[in-house]
Amino acid sequence: MSVRDKFGRPIVVVTGMGIVTSLGAGKAENWSKLVAGESGIRTITRFPIDGLKTTMAGTVDFVPVAPFTSTGLSERLGHMAVEEAIAQSGIGTKGDFPGPLFLAVAPVEIEWPQRLELAHEVGGTQFTYDDLLRVCGGGKFVNYHHRFLFGSVADSLSDTFGTKGSPISLSTACASGATAIQLGVEAIRRGETDVALCAATEGSVNPEGLVRFSLLSALSTQNDPPQAASKPFSKNRDGFVMAEGAGALVLESYDAAVARGAKILGVVAGCGELTDSFHRTRSSPDGKPIIGCIRKALADAGMAPEQIDHINAHGTATPENDKMEYVGVSAVFGDYTSRIPVSSNKSMVGHTISAAGAVEAIFSLLTLEHQRIPPTINFDVPDPAILFDVVGNKARDARVTTVMSNSFGFGGQNASLILTREPA
Amino acid sequence: MNETAVTAEPVEVWITGIGLATSLGEGLDANWDALNSGRINVDEQGFAPYIVHPWAKVNLEAQIPKKEQRQMEAWQRIGTYAAGLALDSAGLKGNKEILSRMDMIVAAGGGERDISVDTNILNAEAQGNCTPGFLNDRLMSDLRPTLFLAQLSNLLAGNIAISHGVCGTSRTFMGEEVAGVDAFKIALARIAGGQSDIALVGGSHNGERKDLLVLYEFGDYNLKNKFAPVWDRKEHPGFALGSAGAFLVLESRPHAEARGARPLARLSKVVADRARRKEAGAVTGTLERLWSALDVHEAPGAIITGATGAEPVTSEERAFLGQHKAFAVRSSGTRFGHTMEAHFALGLALAALSISRGALFAPGDSSGVEIEMKQAPAQIVVVGAGHYRGEGMALVESVK
Repeated sequence: MSVRDKFGRPIVVVTGMGIVTSLGAGKAENWSKLVAGESGIRTITRFPIDGLKTTMAGTVDFVPVAPFTSTGLSERLGHMAVEEAIAQSGIGTKGDFPGPLFLAVAPVEIEWPQRLELAHEVGGTQFTYDDLLRVCGGGKFVNYHHRFLFGSVADSLSDTFGTKGSPISLSTACASGATAIQLGVEAIRRGETDVALCAATEGSVNPEGLVRFSLLSALSTQNDPPQAASKPFSKNRDGFVMAEGAGALVLESYDAAVARGAKILGVVAGCGELTDSFHRTRSSPDGKPIIGCIRKALADAGMAPEQIDHINAHGTATPENDKMEYVGVSAVFGDYTSRIPVSSNKSMVGHTISAAGAVEAIFSLLTLEHQRIPPTINFDVPDPAILFDVVGNKARDARVTTVMSNSFGFGGQNASLILTREPA
Repeated sequence: MNETAVTAEPVEVWITGIGLATSLGEGLDANWDALNSGRINVDEQGFAPYIVHPWAKVNLEAQIPKKEQRQMEAWQRIGTYAAGLALDSAGLKGNKEILSRMDMIVAAGGGERDISVDTNILNAEAQGNCTPGFLNDRLMSDLRPTLFLAQLSNLLAGNIAISHGVCGTSRTFMGEEVAGVDAFKIALARIAGGQSDIALVGGSHNGERKDLLVLYEFGDYNLKNKFAPVWDRKEHPGFALGSAGAFLVLESRPHAEARGARPLARLSKVVADRARRKEAGAVTGTLERLWSALDVHEAPGAIITGATGAEPVTSEERAFLGQHKAFAVRSSGTRFGHTMEAHFALGLALAALSISRGALFAPGDSSGVEIEMKQAPAQIVVVGAGHYRGEGMALVESVK
């Protein structure tokens, strides 16, 4: 007799997790540093910082990629996270993962070192774009074609780990990691597959990546000390801190996991998603799309607000995001809001953008496992307008059975996940 | 529909709207007429030696408010415009109740670079400006702050939400041609499985972009010097980048019937895979396997392929087509150029249009691959094999 959720759908469980962030590689190192309140944010050394308003980031510097490209780093980080996740799940055999891949990955484009390489190939000091174009062909740069295709990272993961079918690369901006998980959940619930690999990776700390967010005034400029820059829910917060990392989850139907004797690490009980059409980078001031997104996640899990006992916040530390997250959450949870411990991992690992939804889902599941909520560091001047019970500066032991993890992104992308320890 | 719903039997999925804004014009009639008259809009001069299919200009304000147009680059305007046409075609424009819960999956690449900024920076560097902060300074001063938003892959969907109010869910798939296949595969599966009632699905591509020519020239994929139909490029393989926005409204049959919407066609199946292309014949084999997963009956049927003209994949696809000679073949690539992420949506749009008009459009070349078809097609298979990776197929049928 198959076990179903209260809506008659297959229950989706997590049987493997892998993670890399600026704190380190693997769950053990990440978790111990996270609950100790360590920051992975540091002054950028990968490229010159002269002339930049923001000079720090949560870069992953301990993974060498040569020659460096952001897409190449994304690929490496993705491999590391996926390898750890599959090893933990014990599913399939090496190079033969028995399900599809859903990959959240940053948009890809040719990067400045490659553009400069073309310019040097042209030679001279006065040239046009057509001159650049003329030296591209003939096979000399054929690897750049493969490298800078949008599907290249998924291709590489699919080849190495033997995922089945056409791997899906997706972007929903800062909600991408959550969307990858959602696609896996939906596929398992439809009965298309018993298992899915949901991964998310980000390696975008390069000069133009940083400048782009900087020009939108989205980044913190509190460069000194870098560890104190990311201040979610603080009155003196001034933007997010770009960061790199990857997270990967093996999702399985409960039945399939039990049948093969796999250890169940947690349950993805519900997913919600709702688009905000107010503005490209700002939330609707009434918070309705965020409210709707959270309500959809609760409805999908078949839960009442009072069943959520921790929120792993999107908590980017931009003035706008944290305010709107509070507006949305408090509208749904009402008086209960102040009784939910809330924390933002981004205070320590920064904003891993495309990877954030998966990275934070993994931290949420580790919170459930350890019954300990990681702190929001740099929480010294609470924003009086945000009346969350922020788990400030020190990790807190708590009885946690159900976590909501929020992700809100540019382009009106809102996604919320509800994760539990055991099947309901 | 409540996303918690579970359906025992797959729900039938209809195509109830098509939006096309291409190099051949905007709207279904203009494109249909051009296909039948054999007109092709190709620019052999503007990007010489490379050949591109320029977008046919439209009155953008008919679909996109002026202040929103200014926030977009061409690829977003093309897509947002076509998305609006699809909503018009489905009779949904302004229907807030439905649009507010309509799902959206967009197949997208990235947006235009500012070519003059890039060129100026590279020239300055070549002239000896190589202090550590040089690139940072130039990027901070030269890049328009909003350009990033016009380049972000998911901001085509974002712009469609803003301009047309499509705000149920929003997902953007990337990964060149097969992103378009996967977009339809997932949207169809969600509706058929009761996870969604109605979805706007499609993509957009602007072929008039030198930054894209650079990417594809790395692999020697661009068609050069002289235009030729896709099937006549064996000696000079390659694709001519095309410009098109193509969006479809997919809808569950009960949802369409409840609002009195007329089906243009039924989307019965979408399948995708990724052949390991290291071995010769891998693509042909994968296409055969996808075909057998479609439940295709005997003729009268047709195949609309997005064959690119790049090699070796086009020859591999031709070998596959040679096994199905009872089906009349049409190449969208010859007519519209290669529209990459939008190409599968374009093929589906042409298939649904052909089904709804009870005829296949006229053949587009004299190589013998495309032959006249007199009967009304009952089934059309849309084929998409990416220039470098990814294969997909869809079955479009008349509604019974």
